[in-house]
Amino acid sequence: MPKVKVARKSTLVDMTAMCDVAFLLLTFFMLTSNFTKKEPVLVSTPASISEIKIPETNILTILVDKDGKVFFGIDGQDKRQQLIKQMSDTYKVNLTPAEIRSYSLLDLVGNRMEVMKAYLDLQAEIRDRPENNGGIPADSTDNQLRDWVKTAKGINPLLRIAIKADEKTPYPVIKKVMKTLQELEENRFNLITRLDAGPAKENSPIKTK
Amino acid sequence: MAEISQDSGSKKKHGKKRSKKVSTRIDLTPMVDLGFLLITFFMLATSLIKPQTMEIVMPSDKNVTEDNQTVAKASQAVTLILGKNDKVFYYFGKTEGAEIIVTDYSTTGLRKMLLEKNFEIAKQVEDLKAEKAKTHMAEGVYQEKLSKLKAGKNAPVVRIMATDEANYKNLVDALDEMNICSISRYAIVDLDEPDKAVIKDKNI
Repeated sequence: MPKVKVARKSTLVDMTAMCDVAFLLLTFFMLTSNFTKKEPVLVSTPASISEIKIPETNILTILVDKDGKVFFGIDGQDKRQQLIKQMSDTYKVNLTPAEIRSYSLLDLVGNRMEVMKAYLDLQAEIRDRPENNGGIPADSTDNQLRDWVKTAKGINPLLRIAIKADEKTPYPVIKKVMKTLQELEENRFNLITRLDAGPAKENSPIKTK
Repeated sequence: MAEISQDSGSKKKHGKKRSKKVSTRIDLTPMVDLGFLLITFFMLATSLIKPQTMEIVMPSDKNVTEDNQTVAKASQAVTLILGKNDKVFYYFGKTEGAEIIVTDYSTTGLRKMLLEKNFEIAKQVEDLKAEKAKTHMAEGVYQEKLSKLKAGKNAPVVRIMATDEANYKNLVDALDEMNICSISRYAIVDLDEPDKAVIKDKNI
């Protein structure tokens, strides 16, 4: 009886096709990506049925965490440089070019101007610690938030204001922020929410009746 | 899986000197590895889902004179007071002598009340939406019709007030209900004196 020979197949696979796919996907992700903004505090936004998307550029973000700390940031590094320069002039804080540069790399900053210099001198790793982020004051006696918004609007009048706040933020803090914006005649702004897909809030209210 | 050039170790002492034939095939496995590593990085670092926003327009607190102040009819006015522990209080018409009813942010609470108040318009908006879905109405036309409907004569006017115990979620929920119930005339206002008295009285 003749032996049945099992054909020896090479286990080598041609990687070219796989390589093509990998780089195609890579190109796609590189072109479509806009990086997630780094936020110094974790904020979970409330849900709503609103489906308006936020534009990517010309956005002024006011972030409010659940303890009522206020953070502020605009997009564009050159705009940020102008902003911090003007702010440091207003508050007579002499920032070095290195400090201005390190501000321009930060998405959101929440500190009073008095401690800004010390904050910008910190190492990037320890900047996000809660004790280093005191929040921007927005009270009627000491309203630095107003100056931030005013200066930013002066640099870029096209800025749209977006408020991103935590679900559990007490209302008085929100009121304070809104009052500040109203004082500046900024009566139109956006509240950032996440889309609610739950059955409790659906688009056709009549049918649920 | 790596391809290793096969001709190593095949040294023969005799024979002609031949130029070595080097395989032109390159092992692509490391390149694929690198590609997928980068893909993973970009996938994790990007935000594909853009956040939603809710646009609100606050009334200007300056230049409000007697004649451009809008006065709502008492029959159309609804006042919501956002209280603590996710409770909401509402009353119709004027503050004095109004019956204050307590409810919550659920479908059967606040929404039911608002829809009853705004039933006519909500129904029309619903019809308009159905028509839009059916006839592929242009977005501009739809928006125009929608705002016309919402500004109808009998549309309720809602004042949203929040106590200091309310939180941001309550506010967004209340604003969201306005959108759901097609109420376009609403405003976030501060608590005024008569309402403060009511709150104190009722211990809201």
